[in-house]
Amino acid sequence: MSVTKTISVIGHRSVNAVWRIGVASRFFTLTLMHSGNGFRRYNLIVKELFSTGVMSLIIIIVAGLFVGMVLGLQGYETLKRYGSESALGVMVALGLVRELGPVVAALLFASRAGSAMTAEIGLMKATEQISAMELMAVNPIARIVAPRFWAGVISMPLLAAMFSAAGIFGGYFVGVVQIGVDEGSFWSQMQAAVDFKHDILNGVLKSFVFGVVVTAIALFEGYDAPPTAEGVSGATTRTVVTSSLAILMLDFVLTAMMFGGNE
Amino acid sequence: MERTKLDLWVGMFVVAGIAALVMLAMKVGNLSTYNVSETYQVQAYFANIGGLKPKASIRSAGVLVGRVTDITLDTERYEAKVSMSLDKRYQFPKDTFANILTSGLLGEQYIGLVPGGDSEMIKAGDLIKKTQSAMVLEDLIGKFIYSKADEAAK
Repeated sequence: MSVTKTISVIGHRSVNAVWRIGVASRFFTLTLMHSGNGFRRYNLIVKELFSTGVMSLIIIIVAGLFVGMVLGLQGYETLKRYGSESALGVMVALGLVRELGPVVAALLFASRAGSAMTAEIGLMKATEQISAMELMAVNPIARIVAPRFWAGVISMPLLAAMFSAAGIFGGYFVGVVQIGVDEGSFWSQMQAAVDFKHDILNGVLKSFVFGVVVTAIALFEGYDAPPTAEGVSGATTRTVVTSSLAILMLDFVLTAMMFGGNE
Repeated sequence: MERTKLDLWVGMFVVAGIAALVMLAMKVGNLSTYNVSETYQVQAYFANIGGLKPKASIRSAGVLVGRVTDITLDTERYEAKVSMSLDKRYQFPKDTFANILTSGLLGEQYIGLVPGGDSEMIKAGDLIKKTQSAMVLEDLIGKFIYSKADEAAK
């Protein structure tokens, strides 16, 4: 008997998972459909840009600075063995622009801004503010969800670019100012190796995709949260876990598509 | 928070983000050295290209004059056909040598152009006839061992 029970539990879970994916995609489509309204009332987006973008600035820049400094130190230790310390700039810049900038900025963004979005919307739902809006014939997706979505999508590439820039400065500080790698070769080799289209634009594209994914997950989890204290806390946790995993997996897929194999 | 202050902060955020992108493009990337001048295409056959890759640089007297655009194997001659785009500002004589060289001991490979003395210039679509293949380390070592063996036999 227990075998059929296990199988039916698996079936129940699969149906639930598919159901959730369906609800999520419907929610995502609705968000995109109501974005026009959100752009018309663009002061809503500006307000959200402040809370997601501007408030994330400090953590992004400080984190970028330290990641770059560590890259500079570790890169120097390894490159020194082959006598090619002058390639330090290349290593720091490529590592940041292609991978660490978009990925670490997105992870920080998910845990700082994404969790806040989920908690805010979940609490709005728990305190029945969303139902109140519906009663007043205000579409909550157009009023609450769409501006947050676009604020996240706009600020993510900007934050990733700032992360990379701060990181390169950190690498420069450790490599050139402290250790004493030649400044000219640091910058010139970097410029020779980093291609604008292949490296920088692909990095921006990556962070754009991460922005869409992280904000969509955060908003959906908030909107879908059970309207209880426990439900909101669970949804916030799920936002951070799901979006972090999604970022890392998508990063592999995107890297394989952009840089994999064929030169 | 009042509206003007909010606008100011968001404006600063967006400007800083775009400035970071521009800094990445100019200072870190090669946008500032992007070749916007017109180019012309020439081809050359090499018996062996070694580790030459598309986008490798083409230099003459050490100055960057173009890029490798495409490398294919010509199955009629069984030689590598390398297409290059050269900067229109630089014209080369017909009997120019194209050599595959290596920057540094283990560096990347590039094509070095050594101009000849012909009065006629290479036109777009022409073939550079005089080429020299890449040095393959194994061949060099092989030659060295044979010459040593010859010396020992004498």
